[in-house]
Amino acid sequence: MASIHTLTTQMKELEDQLVVCMRCGMCQSVCPVFEQTGRESDVARGKLALLDGLMQEMFQDPEGIYERLNKCLLCGSCQANCPSGVSALEIFMKARAVLTGYMGLSPAKKAVLRGMLAHPGIFDRFMEWGARFQNLFTRPVNDVLGTSCARVMSPLIGERHFVPLAAEPFHRQIPSLRTEPGSSGIRVAFYVGCLLDKIFPRVATAALDVLRHHEIGVFLPAGQACCGIPAISSGDMKTFNRLVRHNVKLFESEPVDVILTACATCTSTIKEVWPRMMRDSSPDIMKSVESIAEKTQDISQFIVKALGLTPPADSTGGANCVTYHDPCHLKKSLGISKEPRTLIQSSANTRLIEMNEADKCCGMGGSFNLQYYEISRSIGRLKRENIINSGCSTVATSCPACMLQLSDMLSRSGDRVTVKHAIEIYSESLKSNGHAI
Amino acid sequence: MIDHTLIEMFQKTVGVENVFTDKADRLTYSYDAAVLDPVIPALAVRPTNGEALGQVISLCYKHGLPLTVRGAGTNLSGGTIPDATGVVVVTNGLNKILEINEPDMYAVVQPGVVTARLAAAAEARGLFYPPDPGSQAVSTIGGNVAENAGGLRGLKYGVTRDYVMGIEFFDAAGDIVKTGSKTVKCATGYNLTGLLVGSEGTLGVFNEITVKLIPLPVRQKAMVAVFDQLDKASETVAAIIADRIIPATLEIMDNVTIRAVEAYTHVGLPVDAAALLLIEVDGHPAQTEEDAEKVEALCRKMGAASIRVARNAGERDGVWAARRSALSALAKLKPTLVLEDATVPRSKIPAMVKALEDISRAHDILIGTFGHAGDGNLHPTILTDRRDKAEWHRVESAIEAIFDKALALGGTLSGEHGTGIAKAGFLEKETSAATIRYSRQIKRALDSKSILNPGKIIGD
Repeated sequence: MASIHTLTTQMKELEDQLVVCMRCGMCQSVCPVFEQTGRESDVARGKLALLDGLMQEMFQDPEGIYERLNKCLLCGSCQANCPSGVSALEIFMKARAVLTGYMGLSPAKKAVLRGMLAHPGIFDRFMEWGARFQNLFTRPVNDVLGTSCARVMSPLIGERHFVPLAAEPFHRQIPSLRTEPGSSGIRVAFYVGCLLDKIFPRVATAALDVLRHHEIGVFLPAGQACCGIPAISSGDMKTFNRLVRHNVKLFESEPVDVILTACATCTSTIKEVWPRMMRDSSPDIMKSVESIAEKTQDISQFIVKALGLTPPADSTGGANCVTYHDPCHLKKSLGISKEPRTLIQSSANTRLIEMNEADKCCGMGGSFNLQYYEISRSIGRLKRENIINSGCSTVATSCPACMLQLSDMLSRSGDRVTVKHAIEIYSESLKSNGHAI
Repeated sequence: MIDHTLIEMFQKTVGVENVFTDKADRLTYSYDAAVLDPVIPALAVRPTNGEALGQVISLCYKHGLPLTVRGAGTNLSGGTIPDATGVVVVTNGLNKILEINEPDMYAVVQPGVVTARLAAAAEARGLFYPPDPGSQAVSTIGGNVAENAGGLRGLKYGVTRDYVMGIEFFDAAGDIVKTGSKTVKCATGYNLTGLLVGSEGTLGVFNEITVKLIPLPVRQKAMVAVFDQLDKASETVAAIIADRIIPATLEIMDNVTIRAVEAYTHVGLPVDAAALLLIEVDGHPAQTEEDAEKVEALCRKMGAASIRVARNAGERDGVWAARRSALSALAKLKPTLVLEDATVPRSKIPAMVKALEDISRAHDILIGTFGHAGDGNLHPTILTDRRDKAEWHRVESAIEAIFDKALALGGTLSGEHGTGIAKAGFLEKETSAATIRYSRQIKRALDSKSILNPGKIIGD
């Protein structure tokens, strides 16, 4: 363990970013966790004050600060609405890294992050093993949502209704791909991401189907690693650096102008988190990281622009009613909210009905859901109500992490509403139109 | 001293999860939005019902613990900065709208109800709660009443004080006191409501507040007038009022603010303009049209370079989005922002605007001025970096100069932010030694142990 003085010195590097907060407290109006708890330490202003206190050596035991810092979805609602423009997400991630450096990773996190996530091959094998045996411990609970729950009391699963691991992960179905563009003349790289690979391979398939249909060439390198968000959220810089370098090398191996993902969190991690958190690395890797960040796009953003799709003037007639949930990492981090809607509205026989508070966080937040399930669930229930009140039988979104949360919330309420990715809706409509895809 | 037994008693009263003893939690209740040093309280508690709130106060009274009530902690004068030996009582768990009465047009709320939520609930029933302080998205009604908060609509619709019909509050010992009524008229007892509004938690702790609602205006019309001289803009403000027109909102933005807002929002504001007036008239459609025409004509007569009238709801929203982003836009220029709210009689706006320009120059500091010109309540906003000691010193003397000028013009130190700690030392300048003495006598009589937010308004 480093000395507390080293810690405060490292915290001082955040000073210029910390002083930007003027304690106006406007973040209280948008923080989903604060809405549930009403505790100042749960909202960005409180956390920033705590980091300020740490910097000024007001604390001898930073554990309490670390704990409070981790009680955050990293949804970025505060940052998107901050009057002074505080870079809250960057500060929180950096502070988590500094504090983790000081206190060390917990044994459990170390095992998961450094033992598995850091090594894509081991991680893949472990999850495949899990997919094979998961039926022993779990049973299906909602056929519309495809969710399961624990057969017997399980501390890990708790009362969750979860979408189980896919029988065959995407990288087994299509390990790699190199296709040349047809009439479109465009070639893109495709980054799959862990959740699409292991839980929602059907979304990755739908994305590739759409690209093939529009004669867009695809470069899908084998052996892709996690984008690093679970590592950086846990303050594990070492694993994060390793994962970023691994992915950078893969995606630099062939020249493409665009890298696509169908995961909002992966997209925002590559575009926003990689350049900021890798900042101190060697100039060579930084150039590559920045170039990849620049090229990376959300799939709906790309399709809508590449094909020049525009929202139809009237899409009220479609029989299939779909409502759309904005993932925080797409709308609040990257400002993308129109394109996935356009994609849905451009799908045959589909009408988009807006739910209330479509851009309110679903409460997932990755490891937050594991650590604070009850808070995560009460936030998720608000989302579930808005989905149900829309009257639609399908809710679409653009992030597989949100898909997990929405499935859990709807399934636990016994709702028969399907959860889909926006690209799935578009892909299905191409199929139902009789297009060969 | 707060010992373990006492902590257990608080826990029994409000629940273990609502008593904060860890230093980390207490630190998050050590500040508000004022640029002042934080003070970490000995304890923070968060009662979730009125009964528990009363018991918390009784406990504090019995043990002589200072208590500072905190809503959203957004106040700008240090009113929620606690005593180091005391207890912060967080009211955001008391957040129920107890009643919205349509026939009698009033609402009864718990103190922790967020202002914007009450306004929205009233509007959903065709009723209007006009006070709209800048922090309304998070501020609480309890805090608004304690600070007598204002907002953009003060000119025509008044401030929080004008909407408080009655209060049920706890005295220092934790006993319930009732004042006011749900009737339009009420002539019984002392006007304790008047005493409690703006008392900043020094005379009692609110349990339930009854506020007046009014019919929602049918029509609004907004416009922006561009001026190439600041004087012309401020003289136009005085001229509109002098012509017996009362716009719902009459706001000014100086060049520093215009540039900051444009850089931030890119809505197409004229960055070369010396000042903008943003004006909205509302009411009956015919009256609204007539007022709008009169205001437009007056602006032209007073030398406006151009006037743009919002033709639809979208354009109107654009006007107010630009105004609402003023503080945010200025905040992005420098790390520290000091938002002042010295207020002058409306006719003195031109003199005050001029004085602010002089003060900015004389003290070599950056001041962006915007605000509620129509009601004389300007927001000279000082942009600085508190870590720069020399500049901070100039900022402090500039603030004093602003206070002196406002008072010299017959104004007040604060239009809507309250006295708190920030202005307590200057209050005698505005009033008199006898006023402070008189106020302290009231405080002593009602709070003999001096536990209710000590040190605020009238000092110690």
